[in-house]
Amino acid sequence: MKKNTMLLLFTVFVLASACESVKEYQKNKLNDAEMALSARKVEKNEQNFQSYKEGASGANGGKTGGGCGCN
Amino acid sequence: MKKLSLTLIGLYLLFLHGFSQVSKKYENIFQSKPLRLEEINLVTSYYTQDGSHSAVTGGGTSILGIGANAITLPGSEKLNDFANMLELKLVGYGETGNRHTILAGLGIDHHTAASQKYISPTGASKPEGTRIYPSLNWTVENLDKGTEVGIGTYYSHEYNYSSFALDGHVGFKNKTGGEFSAKASAYFDQVSMIYPTDDSTKYKTGTNSVANPYDEFIIKTNASRSSGGGSYYTGGAESSSIPTASRNTYTASFSYAQVINKSVQIAILFDAVKQDGYLGLPFHRVIFNNHLERIEKLPSSRTKIPLGLRLNYFIGDDVIVRSYYRYYTDDWGLTSHTASIEIPYKITPFFSVSPFYRYYTQTASKYFAPLYQHQVDAIGNPKETYFTSNYAASAFSSNYVGLGMRSAPPGGFKNSYLAALEVRFGHYVQTTDLNSNVISLHFTFK
Repeated sequence: MKKNTMLLLFTVFVLASACESVKEYQKNKLNDAEMALSARKVEKNEQNFQSYKEGASGANGGKTGGGCGCN
Repeated sequence: MKKLSLTLIGLYLLFLHGFSQVSKKYENIFQSKPLRLEEINLVTSYYTQDGSHSAVTGGGTSILGIGANAITLPGSEKLNDFANMLELKLVGYGETGNRHTILAGLGIDHHTAASQKYISPTGASKPEGTRIYPSLNWTVENLDKGTEVGIGTYYSHEYNYSSFALDGHVGFKNKTGGEFSAKASAYFDQVSMIYPTDDSTKYKTGTNSVANPYDEFIIKTNASRSSGGGSYYTGGAESSSIPTASRNTYTASFSYAQVINKSVQIAILFDAVKQDGYLGLPFHRVIFNNHLERIEKLPSSRTKIPLGLRLNYFIGDDVIVRSYYRYYTDDWGLTSHTASIEIPYKITPFFSVSPFYRYYTQTASKYFAPLYQHQVDAIGNPKETYFTSNYAASAFSSNYVGLGMRSAPPGGFKNSYLAALEVRFGHYVQTTDLNSNVISLHFTFK
């Protein structure tokens, strides 16, 4: 767990340190619907069946447990 | 629950107070605009699966009882589910310029499941069910400060399960393209204690047939249950004197999203989840090495820690790479890794095709063993305190592959309110031999 967490944090740190200042008018690509940093609505039911048939859930902006007879 | 609700409302009022300060920049500039319907989303899905390790029959095709009374329960996981979700998005502006967004949703799912018939050993249970789940969210954004605060409530009901949930969230944007959000949610669930019946002759003879077989499985008293000379579930200390049991789930979610440059953005997502209460399902059988039958028994507490990372990259003018990784661990001994990639390719600026692939792997929970693998002691009682044969807690890996298409013409589709249409098909295979297909359609009306 600790190793994976450190690796993730390191990746985020490296990426974040490479940040450029982006003006609002330069965000046409970032604002594209398919660039959204979350699962899209069309994926909602896929996530539901995955939460029923797999042991893990969460960290995707969706359900983490509760609300149904799944985990 | 009352205490938590009051805390959430208190937090919300606190943040609302902060937002109520009139921004000098926008004072006397903004005029309030009443809520207006901005968007309607309709998501409809058809899901079908097959497999041979149903938790209802103990994790496979099993034999209950001995000798002439023996009954074979097929372990089929065949299931079809038709799900529909409608969401209305209303947007309005307050006098201070704050944007108010209300999301009102309603979902209805209907499923048929082969294994559900075998809640009754004779296959007499109703093999279908419907779930209804409305939701309501209210978010207030201060566009000047780049902050937001919101609350939400959810309800879900199906024949054996009902749930009520509350959540609250806050979000802050900084000037360097970063966005932090935190969300607290609480689910208060009730599980109907529907046990596999011990009276295997009831539906065979028809003499005691009832209109709704479910009524027969809800234990309403703590009366002792005879084993009838066989090895059917005997209740005993594990039985409950009430028809439902509670399950609570509390989640603290944090995310930080950062724009890296004009084409790349990332997000790190972290949840801390605590569950307590009845965390099994009363119709999940466990059949021991001596054919003793029990229902699954799991601890009354579970802590889950998922940690995720998303990275999206717009390459050139036509290709987007959406990537995701998640590490998960919990105190039931289950750890997992999930990695997925989706590559939307823009055939035109308004039409794209998106192949995707997802790989998932997990270790087994320490409470899992397959059919007939849980052991009994010398006097025939379970050796372990907790046990399950639900394959969702087994060690396996899965592959999920598919294709999506999205069309969003400027100004919408001709002569209609349809602004965007998305179709997605996926095929899923688990090493447990479970396989499934799902097709989803998302209509956006404006």
